[in-house]
Amino acid sequence: MSGLTKRYGEVLAVNDISFAVPRGRTLALLGGNGAGKTTTIAMLLGLLIPTAGRICVLGYDMARSRFAALARMNFSSPYVALPSRLSVAENLRVYGHLYGVKHLEARILELARQLDLGAFLHRPAGQLSAGQKTRVALAKALINHPDVLLLDEPTASLDPDTGDMVRGWLERYRDESGCTILLASHNMGEVERLCDHVLMLKQGRIVDQGSPPALLDRYGRDDLEQVFLDIARNRVAAAA
Amino acid sequence: MRLRRIWGLMYRHIALYRRSWPRVLELMYWPVLQMCIWGFTARFLMMRANGPMLAASALLGGVLLWEVALRSQMGVAISFLEELWSRNLGHVFVSPLRPWEMIAALLLISFIRMLTGVLPAILLAFVFYAFNLFSLGPVVVLLFANLMIMGWWVALGVISLILRHGAGAEALAWSVLFGLAPFSAVFYPVSVLPAALQPIALALPSAHVFEGMRAALSGVVRWDHLAWAVGLNALWTAGGILLFARQFRSARTRGALLNIGE
Repeated sequence: MSGLTKRYGEVLAVNDISFAVPRGRTLALLGGNGAGKTTTIAMLLGLLIPTAGRICVLGYDMARSRFAALARMNFSSPYVALPSRLSVAENLRVYGHLYGVKHLEARILELARQLDLGAFLHRPAGQLSAGQKTRVALAKALINHPDVLLLDEPTASLDPDTGDMVRGWLERYRDESGCTILLASHNMGEVERLCDHVLMLKQGRIVDQGSPPALLDRYGRDDLEQVFLDIARNRVAAAA
Repeated sequence: MRLRRIWGLMYRHIALYRRSWPRVLELMYWPVLQMCIWGFTARFLMMRANGPMLAASALLGGVLLWEVALRSQMGVAISFLEELWSRNLGHVFVSPLRPWEMIAALLLISFIRMLTGVLPAILLAFVFYAFNLFSLGPVVVLLFANLMIMGWWVALGVISLILRHGAGAEALAWSVLFGLAPFSAVFYPVSVLPAALQPIALALPSAHVFEGMRAALSGVVRWDHLAWAVGLNALWTAGGILLFARQFRSARTRGALLNIGE
């Protein structure tokens, strides 16, 4: 994407940001609340029309051919739910049809096995625990074998064990499929483990970027959380 | 337009109804209840003298056909609201489902919902009051279709308002068509309305449909009214589509699709 800008009246939510993610790599969007992460993801998904700039996903211009790109993308967020009265299998069936998945029933069983959904595949989604819901959301996000996966806080509200399992599944899927992942997260350990490159956003602008080791080195810190705090508290110049 | 994507969204609603009998019951509840209330009123009228026979039939026909418009409108609007209530719209709108495919799925689901609600009421009218709606002849299909299409464009307007004003506009899904009922001449001819209100009534396809229904009960097919109903439906449908397209784009510009439930 290049020169991406989103303005709501006087408020500049995203201010002229540009970046590219090579295929098969994982990019993290980091920043405090209101930094522009969700707005950027929404524009990438076509939910939001940018005020300026251009987005190109898998070679498709999102302004003109977003549906062709969306068929090869998917998305997961704890802030968007699946119909709670439908069973897990029915939910996956709905999205399988929407994404035109071939051999859908086999795909559902495959995901159920990989993500350990078998015990509650026929239970209404609304009756699941937070951890189970996250695994179902991930199954929905993987139903179409996406080439680009956008994840908004994929392990929010999960206990450390389930969070670790989810991160393991994501790593495995990326390594096996060559999928490109864009991740917005407040979990710095997750970002360090999964991501090749990090964009630090503040007030809608990219204020720094680099690989996790490069950022740690540049700020002289031991973990990304300290880097995050340096940037959030305007200690950039002093630390850099 | 891909039929499989349309089926995907239809399946979402069919699966919901399959596991929720109160929802299915609710589909039939109002049409059947209306039919009981107005049906017994009509029977009382019929018993009083010979004259009101036609009026009683018009009353029963009016109740049944008005339910077609009402159920069609609510079928589309409430199916859309189901997505909003389940916080699922974000997933639907980032899938390859085109907005027009979503509308097509909602219309087809609305058709199924309408038939599920109205057919038992039609059957009840025949069993309880010996009123056969199909005795109007093949023209009944045109009356049916016009009211269904009117329900659909009204629903497109409601969805557009929900896209514009969020869940605050959801009450319109239940109330908006009731507001049009007095102008639709369901139980009385347009001529009994005050002169100032008659142009409003005649701008609605429903008023022409019910004038056509009353004529059909007397054995006359009023093609002029049917032609007006079809023409007005075409005009209002175009308006509904335009409004929806504008509001959908506006919602994507304002970021309303991200927090439409609020």
